[in-house]
Amino acid sequence: MNSHEKRQQDNKKLGFKLLWIVGAALLFGFALVPLYNVLCTVTGLNGKTNATADVTSNKVDETRWVTVEFTSSVMPGLGWNFYPEQPSIKVHPGQIETVNFVAKNNTNESVAGQAVPSVSPGLASPHFKKIECFCFKRQELKAGETKLMPLRFYVSTDLPKDVNAVTLSYAFYNAVKPAN
Amino acid sequence: MSSTTAAHHDEHHDHPTGIMRWLTTTNHKDIGTMYLTFSLIMFLVGGAMILAVRAELFQPGLQLMKPEFYNQLIGVHALVMIFAALMPAATGFANWMLPLQIGAPDMALPRLNNWGFWLLPPAAILLTLPFTLALFGIGDGAIATGWTFYAPLSIQGGMGVDFAIFSVHLLGVSSVLGSINVIVTILNMRAPGMTLMKMPMFAWAWLVTAFLLIATIPVLAGAVTMLLTDRHFGTHFFDAAGGGDPILFQHLFWFFGHPEVYIVLLPIWGFMPQILQTFSRKPMYGYKAQVVSLWAIGALALVVWAHHFFTVGMPVPALLYFMYSTMAISLPLAVLFFCWIATIWKGSLSFETPMLFATGWIVLFGIGGLTGLVLADVAADAQYHHSYFVVAHFHYTLFAGGMMGVMSGVYYWLPKMTGHMFNERLGKLHFWLTAISFNLTFIPQFFLGLAGMPRRIPDYALQFAEFNAISTVAAFVLGLSQLIFVYNIVSCARGGKKATDRVWEGAEGLEWTLPSPPPYHSFTEQPIVK
Repeated sequence: MNSHEKRQQDNKKLGFKLLWIVGAALLFGFALVPLYNVLCTVTGLNGKTNATADVTSNKVDETRWVTVEFTSSVMPGLGWNFYPEQPSIKVHPGQIETVNFVAKNNTNESVAGQAVPSVSPGLASPHFKKIECFCFKRQELKAGETKLMPLRFYVSTDLPKDVNAVTLSYAFYNAVKPAN
Repeated sequence: MSSTTAAHHDEHHDHPTGIMRWLTTTNHKDIGTMYLTFSLIMFLVGGAMILAVRAELFQPGLQLMKPEFYNQLIGVHALVMIFAALMPAATGFANWMLPLQIGAPDMALPRLNNWGFWLLPPAAILLTLPFTLALFGIGDGAIATGWTFYAPLSIQGGMGVDFAIFSVHLLGVSSVLGSINVIVTILNMRAPGMTLMKMPMFAWAWLVTAFLLIATIPVLAGAVTMLLTDRHFGTHFFDAAGGGDPILFQHLFWFFGHPEVYIVLLPIWGFMPQILQTFSRKPMYGYKAQVVSLWAIGALALVVWAHHFFTVGMPVPALLYFMYSTMAISLPLAVLFFCWIATIWKGSLSFETPMLFATGWIVLFGIGGLTGLVLADVAADAQYHHSYFVVAHFHYTLFAGGMMGVMSGVYYWLPKMTGHMFNERLGKLHFWLTAISFNLTFIPQFFLGLAGMPRRIPDYALQFAEFNAISTVAAFVLGLSQLIFVYNIVSCARGGKKATDRVWEGAEGLEWTLPSPPPYHSFTEQPIVK
């Protein structure tokens, strides 16, 4: 039965080797979380706009008009009103603009919210630069308080030629815990 | 245990009887039988759930149940059918037939094998227990998100979601253990002389399946674990307010979910050519081409997942990539289809029950594949996404391509497993009832989907009433005719005409050289393959 025992040894060895693949696949699953964000940031897929501005190297392209549209939504669990002061604005690429959003807390307690931006078309998102935004940190509104929330931005001059309109959408969430 | 050698071995090992035999067994045939029995029971459970759903959909309006309960039924139906019926059926066949086909005395890691099976019943109980608990006023029922667990809905769900998460963990561990066992068995335990390129196609297909399983099940386990920590431990993987991303969940889920389709189907693509060649009485066509195609499909399966959510808002380059890569799968799959058809081409055909199911399977699974090609088209998918067209499509692949394939395999090997012939008349009746009522159930759903009826909604607009009524009546015929299948299996296990060793005239392969049923311990002396 010597060969039988040797085979059992071989089987166990191969079994444990295959467990390494299982472990690697599990790690890969968790590694996808940061990898996914890296991919989104690099390629601008999924409309993630983490692009903040570099104000100094700013040239305005006055030959071109781009319409920037604003939409807003309040997610369930947050008793606020939230809307842009103007539905859209026409800008030249490179030109810095400021627009205001209005947020009102309809509840009778102090609530913190976190706005999450998204830009479509997704390919435009790396070219949408925010200099100052209420979405950079949590916003706290006291009971019944109304607040103007400013956004300073520009659309960079290297925005693809076929993009004439960019939609910026904000979803306001109830920020239960500090955002990272 | 009719043969004397078997009796000798039984005494020799003095294994326990009754329930302890099944709890402690490490014998591949016992474990295979348990897997297949478990699969059959869960097939009936999942079927009963969806008949309740179809009953609700018989007429517009809400008659029988609340929408919450409806949502629970459709999600658990899918989880039960995929994880507890189709996958265990494939593993059951692997346990029973792989050692016999490659001339091995048993699976390579028998104790792991026992554990792999006995994780399944607790997993099934975990999945369905919330239904029972809700009857006693505990919790609000089972998972109600659909089988896909999409965040943020699953983050907000009741404790049924937690039950489902733990159930998926157990099912995942079970499949990973089963897969490791299959890979080690195939690579280490083949009879002397059986090179890889002489292996039965079933072994090749299961090898690809097993690698897909160990590469993707852990990713699913990770995803549902993140969901669990999002729900209870304050993480924000999928919570946009905390910097997470719900779309990330869809990517993680379908990175597992698309290969899962092939995990369910590949073992069937393995044994189906063997059945076709048996009843065509000529060798399988294109062995090498089939092996290469199986691996090509396995590899492509890992890189096409995002076609399940084209409408989520991906940029055009990503849409194009996922569209073209998905369509590329149809090339190796077409090679397989041509090989299957060429195998029966000009053969000396006879249509016993397994062959009826096998030929019906080629046609119906073909419809499933072609409608999938329609859905893979980004422009068309915007119209069909989340409609009944999708439901009809994946039932052509998973019921016709999956379950009817399994039935073909059951009828093919049942005489070998039990030693008795089944009732051929009832088998044929089962096939015709199944094939006709299946088409009558799902063809109307194609039309409903094209007309714009969304899936997963318990109520619908009046213009969909006729098609839904037809679909419901046919679904009940389909469900009830499976009782013929159950009766046929049970009566075949109990007795009947004695089966010969070869069973089918044209059967080729090592499993047919053994007596029917094979002795409890087979191939203790490995055969030499020339």
